[in-house]
Amino acid sequence: MADNVKPRVRVPKTASKDEVITIKTLISHQMESGQRKDKDGKVIPRSIINRMTVEFNGQSVLDMTLEPAISTNPYVEFQAKVPESGEFKFTWYDDDGSVYEDVQKIEVA
Amino acid sequence: MNSRRRTMLVAGAAGIALAGLPLRVLAQAAAPAAQPEMTADQWVAEFAGGAEVTDGDGVTLTAPEIAENGNTVPISVDAPGATEILLVASGNPVPGVAKFTFGPLAGNQAVSTRVRLAKTQDVMAIAKFTDGKVVRAKSNVKVTIGGCGG
Amino acid sequence: MTKAIRSLGALGISLALTLPALAETAPTETPDIVIDGGAVTLPTFADAPAHLEGALGDKIYSGWVFRDAETRAMQEDDFANPSMAFVDQGIEAWNTVDGTEGKSCASCHNEIESMKGVRAVMPKVNAAGELWSMENYINDCRTNRMGAEAWKWSSQPMENMTLAISLQSRGMPVDVAIDGPAKPFWEKGKEIYYTRYGQLELSCANCHQQNYGQMIRADHLSQGQTNGFPVFRINGAGTVSLHERFSGCIRDTRAEPFEQGSQEFRDLELYVASRGNGLPVEGASVRH
Repeated sequence: MADNVKPRVRVPKTASKDEVITIKTLISHQMESGQRKDKDGKVIPRSIINRMTVEFNGQSVLDMTLEPAISTNPYVEFQAKVPESGEFKFTWYDDDGSVYEDVQKIEVA
Repeated sequence: MNSRRRTMLVAGAAGIALAGLPLRVLAQAAAPAAQPEMTADQWVAEFAGGAEVTDGDGVTLTAPEIAENGNTVPISVDAPGATEILLVASGNPVPGVAKFTFGPLAGNQAVSTRVRLAKTQDVMAIAKFTDGKVVRAKSNVKVTIGGCGG
Repeated sequence: MTKAIRSLGALGISLALTLPALAETAPTETPDIVIDGGAVTLPTFADAPAHLEGALGDKIYSGWVFRDAETRAMQEDDFANPSMAFVDQGIEAWNTVDGTEGKSCASCHNEIESMKGVRAVMPKVNAAGELWSMENYINDCRTNRMGAEAWKWSSQPMENMTLAISLQSRGMPVDVAIDGPAKPFWEKGKEIYYTRYGQLELSCANCHQQNYGQMIRADHLSQGQTNGFPVFRINGAGTVSLHERFSGCIRDTRAEPFEQGSQEFRDLELYVASRGNGLPVEGASVRH
């Protein structure tokens, strides 16, 4: 597992039925591109977050494939429709096999 | 003594120029890839899956005209009704940037993220729609090279 | 080849010769930094402190106003601000027990909010009469109270902590003491500020006093104010301490920089901070 990987997610706590809400996600990660060399001239191997998925109560909101051109600490902002109370589940997949998750509840009034 | 000092000055100048480059050695020293990287056109063709790619309405790409630093360039794309969007940086060593697949609970088909651009280049967003259409938007981003490596 | 070498050498010389001309350009607009739609609003200019005697004109400016719209916007959203991930890690460390004494920072200082005001007066003269930066205070606690290892000056754990502590003072005006016991340190820092270093023979003042607002290649020179430190720099996609930044500047003059944490850099830190007395602490800022 890469060092200091930490997901951050901002989801509103409440929404009205079928409201479209804004979600922001950021995961602290080096996103080593595989294009850089170290001091001895050796290529530093690629090590990135290569996929992020967002689901609400098991249904897909967004499935994103990331390439090395995504900046350090990948930041993504998008919108989701909220049909009912429930849980957003965020999953990030690391090149090294690690999987990071975050869950956020939202209440539909 | 004199010529040695001049040589050092040149080396120093090169050092400063390098330090200012986004992704540092990226352009000159791309890794000896195990397999040749796909070109930007190949990324687009693979995504389109045989469909004709048209430049036109339906996709809005928002990118700065000039990026203060190529390491973190904010990019937004909006393609109402699209099922998938591919972002491509034609001048990067790996031109593919990201692919977004929207699910049934997507609030719309718009996303913002931050990308690395190795040099001044065209950024493209290609969107696939349910009727089979594939539409492309382009935006040129000038990447400046900073003065102070810090 | 010989020709190229000559012309480059000449460029260096002409740079050094042309810089002393007074060419500062005041920013044409100074909007507030409006964070999270107004939850926090930070002014980007203040009246120049009296001790400057007009060296920077009437006003002093945050480095934020010298940056592009995209870089500015990143600091106006506490979520999008990449520094905040490091602030989170600093707060976590604040509450984590480390060392032989079984203590965390919170064991003695309670919530990190108790650090409000600290960043605004750093560096300052301690009880023993030494000029200390926040890093010195942190390591003093770690080694003497916690029985933990000192952190390296610009290591990530140290920058996480200085960031988290700085954020508690966000919006408070910088107010470092320059008189009394601080005076000799301040005088020394001032001397360093105006001394030309390196093969390019550049002082801090050559760029940040005489030429702020001008372009140095593609970079927009600021007044070199320190109220935003530690900063997240897009350039290296990471956090940067003030001494790291000093070190980079001096290296760019093609000189051998002072050690980070050295007496010289702490003196310089005090002097440069005093040039920004009145600007708000920006806590976790974003620069390029």
